[in-house]
Amino acid sequence: MTSTQPDRIDYALETQAISKHFGAVRAVDELSLSIPRQGTTSIVGPNGSGKSTLVNLLSGVLPLDGGMVIIDGAGLRVVKAYETPDHGLTRTFQEVRLFDQITVWDNIMVVLTERRLFPSLFERAKPSTRQKAQAILEQVGMWDKRDSLAQELSYGQRKLVEIGRALAMNVQTYLLDEPFAGLFPQMIERVKDIMKQMRADGHTIVFVSHNMDIVRELSDRIIVLDSGALLAAGDVEPVLNSEEVIEAYLGA
Amino acid sequence: MPVDMQRIRELAELARNPGDLARYARRNIEFWASLLIIGWAIAFMFWQGAGFAVIIGTVFAIWAILAVSLNLVVGFTGLLSVGHVGFFGIGAYTMAILTSDPAYEQLRTEAIPTFGWPFFAVLPICALLAGLAAILVGVVFNRFRDDIFVLASFGFAIIAFNVFLNLRPVTRGAFGIHEIARPQVAGWVFDGELEFLLLCLVFLAVVMLISWFIVSSSFGRVLTAIREDEQAIEVFGYQATHYKLAVWVISAMMAGIAGGLFASWTTFIDPNSFILLESVLVVSIVILGGLATIWGSLLGAMAFVLLEEGMRFIPFLPTEYIGQARQAVLGILLVLLMLFRPQGLVGRYRL
Repeated sequence: MTSTQPDRIDYALETQAISKHFGAVRAVDELSLSIPRQGTTSIVGPNGSGKSTLVNLLSGVLPLDGGMVIIDGAGLRVVKAYETPDHGLTRTFQEVRLFDQITVWDNIMVVLTERRLFPSLFERAKPSTRQKAQAILEQVGMWDKRDSLAQELSYGQRKLVEIGRALAMNVQTYLLDEPFAGLFPQMIERVKDIMKQMRADGHTIVFVSHNMDIVRELSDRIIVLDSGALLAAGDVEPVLNSEEVIEAYLGA
Repeated sequence: MPVDMQRIRELAELARNPGDLARYARRNIEFWASLLIIGWAIAFMFWQGAGFAVIIGTVFAIWAILAVSLNLVVGFTGLLSVGHVGFFGIGAYTMAILTSDPAYEQLRTEAIPTFGWPFFAVLPICALLAGLAAILVGVVFNRFRDDIFVLASFGFAIIAFNVFLNLRPVTRGAFGIHEIARPQVAGWVFDGELEFLLLCLVFLAVVMLISWFIVSSSFGRVLTAIREDEQAIEVFGYQATHYKLAVWVISAMMAGIAGGLFASWTTFIDPNSFILLESVLVVSIVILGGLATIWGSLLGAMAFVLLEEGMRFIPFLPTEYIGQARQAVLGILLVLLMLFRPQGLVGRYRL
């Protein structure tokens, strides 16, 4: 793939030969892939195939060892986490990372407020911001829990608040790292509904999952990683039925 | 009476729900702790007389300014700093040197530069110089977090002490600076202890007001998020280092004010007033009162001062052991607190 293709701008996310090494382990190795704008793309792969590392590299949580990430047309050799929202990107974490000792309400409010340092000193919660936070909490069904500390919630509730926090960012592209892991069936349905709604609203969703039924149900496209490299990418059924993918999951 | 019925119904509701009952009891601990300490303070005042109470009140106000300002950094932002005494010292030395009287200094063999500026002109400079030092230190410290940050701030406290001790052309080293002027406005000198107490309380109120303004703003909410997960808050578009530096500098400026007040109040400072232990005591006050609560820092400072001064009156305790006994009691108190109430007297958060 060359970077001079005229349709490049249609990609929400691209990587060009990005690498990340932990000591001798090549978690992500010269990986190049592209994720089109809009629709849902799933990232699957065996344990240790570099899915979470990829998400961490794309969101600037881990520094790149090499290569370039292109977010919304902007080529970045160094991805700064605090700049990713400006490029229309946000994420959730595999191991839920809420702000534990503040309330659910503040967990949502904190991503809705002023980003410039000096004006933020003089900003009090505006009614419009409060309404947004309320709408988000109602959407994920956590309005009743707004005054609880985030650490007091159950795992599934925490997961929902985290998805709500990402939704509150209201950006183009969402990276959801294992949004279904460890959830009860009822919660899974709720997260599915939220993701379908996001897709219908024209957002780009990239999610990591191990659950092939959910992957089949939600994905427009699929990316399969193995040992930090791209194994296959494209439409869901052909990829999942291809010999190399079946081999990677069942064999070796 | 309808009011009583309402109350009974509330209590019945509480009894039915154990979770609420626990929460109710916890709030009560905060209430009783506040009541106990304030009651203790009032009793102490009546017992020892107004004159002594005024002195204790001034000591309290200065500790409280330090505690409230340090709580911004330790409690709200989660940066455990034991270097606060450095900024306190910078404020104190600024006050001592800039207000020093040329006529008096000429009599000395080892004179320091004299300015003879009035107190109220110098106090903003105390804050400014402490803030300036905080910018320099903070830019370096911003890369550290958690335990490394504690060590780095420890280093800063040691360096500050050694500068005070060895920069003799400015600080007069171990001799200290004597005869520091009391505040003066248009011929009216604040030489009465009561006047100085009121001045300190005014500054305490200002510091509390500024702290409240900060922590109740969007900025303050970001600080708490940084305390909880610095990396996560960056993903949402906040550059954590800027917020940490800003609150660090504001806190240092408040400590500088406290230093200026302290120097003018005692009229004598030497490097021994600014040793690491003082920093540790301020951290203890913050933890004792409760992290991330302004009221808690006030309460912590009050409890600390009462404990410190109250020890003086314990019968059968030889005077030469009082100093050590104070620290032992404070140490035991902190251990008990960590065991049974790690969030402090009125706090909700833990380190």
